[in-house]
Amino acid sequence: MNSSLGLIKDGIFKDNAIFKLALSLCPSIAVTNNVRNGVLMGTAVLFVQVMVNVTISLMRGIIHPRIRLPIFMLVISGWVTVTDLVMAAYAQDAYKQMGLYIQLIVAFASILARAEMFASKQPVMPSLFDGIGMGLGFLFSLTVISLFREFLGKGSVWGVPVLHAKPLLIMILPAGGFFAVGILMGFFNCLGARMRKKARSR
Amino acid sequence: MEFSKLFELIVSASLINNFVFTRFLGLCIFFGVSKRMETAVGMSITFTAVMMISAALSWLVFRYVMVPLDITFLKIIVFIGIVAGFVQASDTIMRKVAPSLYHKLGIYLALISTNCIILAVPLINAGERYSLPESLAFALGSGLGFALALVIMASIREKLELADVPGPFRGTPIAFIVTGLLALAFSGFTGLLRM
Repeated sequence: MNSSLGLIKDGIFKDNAIFKLALSLCPSIAVTNNVRNGVLMGTAVLFVQVMVNVTISLMRGIIHPRIRLPIFMLVISGWVTVTDLVMAAYAQDAYKQMGLYIQLIVAFASILARAEMFASKQPVMPSLFDGIGMGLGFLFSLTVISLFREFLGKGSVWGVPVLHAKPLLIMILPAGGFFAVGILMGFFNCLGARMRKKARSR
Repeated sequence: MEFSKLFELIVSASLINNFVFTRFLGLCIFFGVSKRMETAVGMSITFTAVMMISAALSWLVFRYVMVPLDITFLKIIVFIGIVAGFVQASDTIMRKVAPSLYHKLGIYLALISTNCIILAVPLINAGERYSLPESLAFALGSGLGFALALVIMASIREKLELADVPGPFRGTPIAFIVTGLLALAFSGFTGLLRM
């Protein structure tokens, strides 16, 4: 049980796809101008990551190593299609805004990387927890970015106004997304450096 | 067939709705290869060529195979197969037929299949039901837009190497902030065309 918790923690902090590995950046900016879309996108990625990890792990005995990458792509695009169709049916408003980005989950390097590095070598349970960890890490980063942007750009959180001052409109414009990710990345680097220094002096 | 419509598509895809600055696609490659001007130019050329051909292939398959068979819901799987297959094939053919060209541009080919723009263009073409010339114009515009973004970014980053950037912001974070400034500049193109 301890190791599965550890796997989840690694996924959220050590191997965080957006802030640490700088992978799968496209949606992190495109859909994060409000918290609802950010959380929805994060959940979609979480679902795809977990299902892909479990599927690949179940099939790891029968996939021939030489054709493994096309098989992985096939599995990923299959699950992305499932997510795409489900969202088109049940979350129509959000789908209109971010449908293209849901379909492009297929091209996420982080999902393919986890399938290749972890799920194709490990049994089902660790793969499941690894998927949950990576997905939660992604969800966490998207939530942080979208909170930051919606709070500064619209003065609200999840559509509820909290800040009664003139908001910085630029943060919800496309350019603001780049600024937000840049600033947050710098902040996390700074935090990481400080924690390392503390650990060393101990 | 109106030429003005095609021209509008090219301008809109390259400047107004630039993939990198307003739709945020292809960022992994954008940040990856924009460190040096030489790689940026090589990538741009390869990218635009692959984009045009894969858009045409996807259009043909979509129009003449998927629509008649009523399997358009499989477009994600089919398009990624077409793009990955085409990139792999051109890699092999180029190595045999034009080794010198392969030596120059081959490494970019391998990177391209992981680019989301190359998949987004066929998906948008299918979604908007563009005709073949319109699809090609859209693909050309997107390729040019990506090339423009890459070249601008590479020329800035070469200077940035010499700049004194605060420690935690070195590398990717400062690149993001510079991209934000560029995106701000590109938002000036909004309203250039009434679509």
